[in-house]
Amino acid sequence: MSFTSAAFILFAVLTLLIYYTVPKRGQWIVLLISSFLFYLSAGGWYLPFILVTILSTWLCALGIRRRDRLDEDYLAAHKADMTKEERKAFKNNAKKKKRPYLVGGLVFNFAILGVLKYTGFVLSGVNDLLAIFGSKGVTVPSLILPLGISYYIFRSTAYLIDVYWGKTEAEGNIAKYALFISFFPAVLQGPISRHKDLAPQFFTPHNAEWSNLSEGGLRVLWGFFKKVVIADTAMIAVKAIVASPDTMTGMYVLLLIILYSAVIYGDFTGGIDVTIGLARMMGLRLAENFDHPFASRSTQEYWNRWHITMGSYFTDYVFNPLSISAPMKKLSKWSKDKLGRGVGMRLPVYLATLITWFLTGLWHGASWNFIVWGLLNGAVILISRELSPLYAKFHKKFPSLKDRAAYGGFCAVRTFFLMGTIRILDCYRDVPVTFMAFGSVFYDFASWGDLAGGKLLQSLGLELWQCIAIALGTLVVFLVSHRSKTRPVLTEISERPWLFACSCAVLILVILIFGCYGIGFDAGDFIYQTQF
Amino acid sequence: MKRTYIIRAWALSVALLLTVAILICATLILQPKYVSASPEGSLTEEYYASVKETNHDVLFIGDCEVYESFVPAILWQEYGISSYVRGGAQQLVWHSYYMLEDALRYETPKTVVFNVLALKYGEPQKEAYNRLALDGMAWSKTKLDAIHASKTDEESLASYIWPLLRYHSRWKELTSEDFRYAFADKPTVSHSGYLMQTDIVPYEYQEGQKPRPLADYTLPQTAMDYLDRMRSLCEEKGIELILIKAPTDSIFYHWYDEWDEQITAYAEKHRLSYYNFIPLADEIGIDMTTDTYDAGVHLNVYGAEKMTRYFGKILTENHSAPDRRGDTALAAVWDARLAAYEAEKTAAAHP
Repeated sequence: MSFTSAAFILFAVLTLLIYYTVPKRGQWIVLLISSFLFYLSAGGWYLPFILVTILSTWLCALGIRRRDRLDEDYLAAHKADMTKEERKAFKNNAKKKKRPYLVGGLVFNFAILGVLKYTGFVLSGVNDLLAIFGSKGVTVPSLILPLGISYYIFRSTAYLIDVYWGKTEAEGNIAKYALFISFFPAVLQGPISRHKDLAPQFFTPHNAEWSNLSEGGLRVLWGFFKKVVIADTAMIAVKAIVASPDTMTGMYVLLLIILYSAVIYGDFTGGIDVTIGLARMMGLRLAENFDHPFASRSTQEYWNRWHITMGSYFTDYVFNPLSISAPMKKLSKWSKDKLGRGVGMRLPVYLATLITWFLTGLWHGASWNFIVWGLLNGAVILISRELSPLYAKFHKKFPSLKDRAAYGGFCAVRTFFLMGTIRILDCYRDVPVTFMAFGSVFYDFASWGDLAGGKLLQSLGLELWQCIAIALGTLVVFLVSHRSKTRPVLTEISERPWLFACSCAVLILVILIFGCYGIGFDAGDFIYQTQF
Repeated sequence: MKRTYIIRAWALSVALLLTVAILICATLILQPKYVSASPEGSLTEEYYASVKETNHDVLFIGDCEVYESFVPAILWQEYGISSYVRGGAQQLVWHSYYMLEDALRYETPKTVVFNVLALKYGEPQKEAYNRLALDGMAWSKTKLDAIHASKTDEESLASYIWPLLRYHSRWKELTSEDFRYAFADKPTVSHSGYLMQTDIVPYEYQEGQKPRPLADYTLPQTAMDYLDRMRSLCEEKGIELILIKAPTDSIFYHWYDEWDEQITAYAEKHRLSYYNFIPLADEIGIDMTTDTYDAGVHLNVYGAEKMTRYFGKILTENHSAPDRRGDTALAAVWDARLAAYEAEKTAAAHP
């Protein structure tokens, strides 16, 4: 059930109506039933997988809670009899006792993700290797990939780790926990909300408040606008360029960088707007996933503003624990002794950064292009860090430059193109083809002639009105985004009834008439909903 | 507080009304009108006006071969038979079944004549033909069933319920006709379902041209199942079902002997009359140098009139189709239709 389908809209409206009709203590049950119906609509075979994840992480978290309580009770009873050292030793011992629940839950669930998502990729790689030695290779099985598995595994493992760290309470009611994992607006593409932030909201009563319904509803429409008017229209041109990597080179690759940025922004932020908006209509506030990413002046800043919940997952649960892990500390000590202080300081950080970005790439998809994409992002961040003394010198020499809007704009454009260039790995899905295509920007100048010859639209498969729709749509999104830096424009609009009503009317008309959907268009599902 | 509620309610109501009004207008304007371009799309819809005026004793059902081969006005003029053609462009057998079911909601003809060429298709072919056949059908359970049976994977029921979802991008190809007929009645394009073609484009045989051999000549089971359903429906309502194959037989729309044998066997098994007019073309008097408008694929008005006269005789002599010319009220309706038919034919001959 795609977010943009009539079936989903009907489903969401019915859920909302029932949600606000039933007694408030039953609201979460309505959401739970809706979530499972939504998940079932994707295919009955997916259901056992999400149920296994729910059950296993719930049981492991309960195991941790039971151990915690036993240890707390013991400590409370014997606190007076124990020395400080004994208490410390006891706590360390207690941590060790509950660790099997954490490790077991993590290993089991990441194994499910690994087997289902990466078996084909690994075996294909093995076969490629065997082929070099003339061996026949093994059969690559075709495994099903449950919808949203990357997201719900992350959500559930984050919960388990948080319970282990004592950051959130283990949920005793499996049905309530199941809702946290399977909440239908967020199950396919996030945001990856944390249990302590989201779960309590499900179980507090919610009235049908104007502010929630208006702002949420407007945000849903805004999401649809970004998806069907901008992303899906621009996707036509992206597909045309990607389909002919041999002929559509040079200028077309530059266009691809820009257009695919519009596609991924419209598609992903549009999908998240629908998710957050729908949740808001239910009185729930989900974590924001984007914060004006294309205004970022550096790669580091970009990744703090783009797919925020994924970034914080990798930071909190991969990078930080890895950086302070015992092997890293040993490596740091060894490298400081053997290779000098400079290398010794950098090596663990570099290694943790690259491992984190390797895993980020792998999480995005089981193919080399995603791995290279991840590693390139990591490399760019590390190079930027290495160059920071140079930047500092430069800014010391030109102190006034940093605060100038033009310089800020230059940095934002530079970051946009840098990120956009790395992102086209996602378009071609083939590492050598991507590098060759990008290389053509620097030698194929003949393609620029298509700009003047009027061949451009034909080559891109777009009509003039579609180009205008993309350009105007992007401009509107840019203006709204720029204006929202101080206070969200959608909030302001929803507070003024007439403006709100007119905005809704205009958005509905624009989406329905100028949207890229239905027969004749090749509008896809949300990229992040189908890829993960 | 109360004032805020009132303002919100007003704002929402006005915006809602305005949005709905604009969307209704947009839908009416953007829907294809099927008048100058693709007039076949009007055929389904035009039936309802005709059946309001008079019932029909003979109902022709099928694809383009029926609406280009049988002229109800001539059947009336020559034999006093009240008939209607419920045919459509590439009207597949399930379209035809539901056209019949739909017609039976309004009347019960004595005879249903079904052209068998469409039996070669076992699956939906093209969305455009579904729209031509179904856009104009009146809403009923029959239409819902017809949509479910016909729609291709890319189609949705929602786009039939609300055509804006299908035609939203037509704004760039709108013509004056779209605005003219958005809020006003459209002119009738057919004569009781017959779509007049007056051009003459002769069939030219080219040496060595042969129909493409097929890997399997078995008519698809889905198609035969719908034929069976059509037969059962007719039996249930006491209607005689006649199977026919129009006399045209081009290279691209060839009627294979193997198919003919299957239909002959089916007709014999169920005691149905089956007339294959291809071998009778000479006897009918069809001359493919003058009686076709598209090089032998379909008959033009001159060929259709010959075919109609020939078949009218069969209907009268073999199937007891009643002569209703004595019914003055009915005659008045049909005389008007005949006059309109003659007027268009004359206008086309002397433009």
